[in-house]
Amino acid sequence: MRDEKGNGLFDPYETEQQEWKKQQVKERSKQLLTIISPILILLIWEICSRTGILDIRFFPPPSAIVSTFFELATNGLLWTHVSVSLYRIAAGFLLGVIPGVVIGLLMGLYAPIRHFISPIVMALMPIPTLALLPIIIIFFGIGDFSKIVTIAGSVFFPVVINTVAGVLSIEKVHLDVAKNYGASPKDFFFKIAFPGALPVMLEGIQMGQAIALLTIVAAEMMGATSGIGYLIWTSYKAFMLKEMFVGLILISFFGFLFSLLLRGLQKKIVPWR
Amino acid sequence: MSNDVKISIEDLTKVFYKKNNSVTAFKNVSLEVKEGEFVCLVGPSGCGKTTLLRILAGLEHPSSGQFTIAADSDFRPLQSMVFQEKGVIPWLTVEENVAFGLNMRHLPKEFIRKQTDIYLKKVGLRNFSKLYPNELSGGMKQRISIARAFANDPEILLMDEPFAALDEQNKFILQEELLSIWSETKKTVLFITHSIDEALLLSDRIVLMSAHPGKIVNEIKVPIPRPRTMEQVRANAEMAEQFIAIWNHLQQEVQRSRG
Repeated sequence: MRDEKGNGLFDPYETEQQEWKKQQVKERSKQLLTIISPILILLIWEICSRTGILDIRFFPPPSAIVSTFFELATNGLLWTHVSVSLYRIAAGFLLGVIPGVVIGLLMGLYAPIRHFISPIVMALMPIPTLALLPIIIIFFGIGDFSKIVTIAGSVFFPVVINTVAGVLSIEKVHLDVAKNYGASPKDFFFKIAFPGALPVMLEGIQMGQAIALLTIVAAEMMGATSGIGYLIWTSYKAFMLKEMFVGLILISFFGFLFSLLLRGLQKKIVPWR
Repeated sequence: MSNDVKISIEDLTKVFYKKNNSVTAFKNVSLEVKEGEFVCLVGPSGCGKTTLLRILAGLEHPSSGQFTIAADSDFRPLQSMVFQEKGVIPWLTVEENVAFGLNMRHLPKEFIRKQTDIYLKKVGLRNFSKLYPNELSGGMKQRISIARAFANDPEILLMDEPFAALDEQNKFILQEELLSIWSETKKTVLFITHSIDEALLLSDRIVLMSAHPGKIVNEIKVPIPRPRTMEQVRANAEMAEQFIAIWNHLQQEVQRSRG
């Protein structure tokens, strides 16, 4: 006869506990894999360029890039480039996101506005903002503002499109509830349309953030005298590839950082999901 | 119960028109509901009962005919609706959902807080007031919907199959909770359901509709004394007969729409 819990070998509690522990190990190994993969790549790169499998002139080893990074960081030049780029990204991002959200909400809420504006959006969207850079420079000069406008132009489209999609994704019954309980147009805008569209809107903002980084580098390569893109381009032209890689890695780092920040923000401002 | 007419519907017709092809949802519907009366509209799907309710709720326009809801006070909204299962707003907390109608009317903060608190307590959600609806069960969500409508203190309440998506046990519990809140406030209620049991338990009067086009075919008084329980309704011989009469009507309607 067994006791209530079954005898030792077949104890259901113990079996489940074992199972749970296995799951935990699996989870931890997944996290480990995520950390290992970039380290592994860097390691292979390091070995390949040190053993001459990769041409050291074109692919300096990561360790050399790191020491170049510290050189540039200590002589202060790097910070001016980084801060200029970050300022342009931040300003351009805001200048693209805010109108994108406002126009997107209006388009989503009011069908006439949507039908009036969407052909304009659809016609302008396929044009790369970078291709418009010459025109932007004619209008706004070669200073910071033309880069800011270029970034804003690229960020605007994914944000506006996702905001419209976000408003249209709100379930009809929630609109009915608002109407039935007498929501004013203002309450409708801020209490229903904005929060209802927020999850999809944030995906657009996430996309816009990535595009902002792509755009800033290219815009600074084409017509600038400072910034990370400028650093990459002039280093390349002077065949200073270690400096170029520092610029590339900085872009990758900031892209990663911004994604993490936005994802954290998403959890904060969409707590109901 | 006073004898004042609270809701008066006269010759209401609703036609949906689409590309040379019109469907009559319901035709020449007339109905009076007295102050404080609980009326259930029962009918097969396609009889336009939801459309009728949506017209009263101001969400659709009638094609012809008219209705009036008698207002006792300028302060109160005319009507508030309890929607089917998805009516709670996911991005508002339980508390904000219950306060929704009051907030939309921009009433004084202190009043809203008190009123919300009273109804959160009545539906047993006070400990959950800061949670979001997605963290709650279907039954709890419908409690929010009910609390939101009562807290708004409207002249009449409209309910569109609020318990249809709940499991049997939760349904019984919520029906009795609804009755207890209703008996305290004595609001006039127009309630849609396709459950005969639900109609017999809740209402003073059952209005039976038929489909294609929707019209009112019969009215049944439910004279069981209140407070009621499901056991009483089930044990009442007269109600058992009524149940079968309504059942047969709905059966015929369903058969008719198939054939």
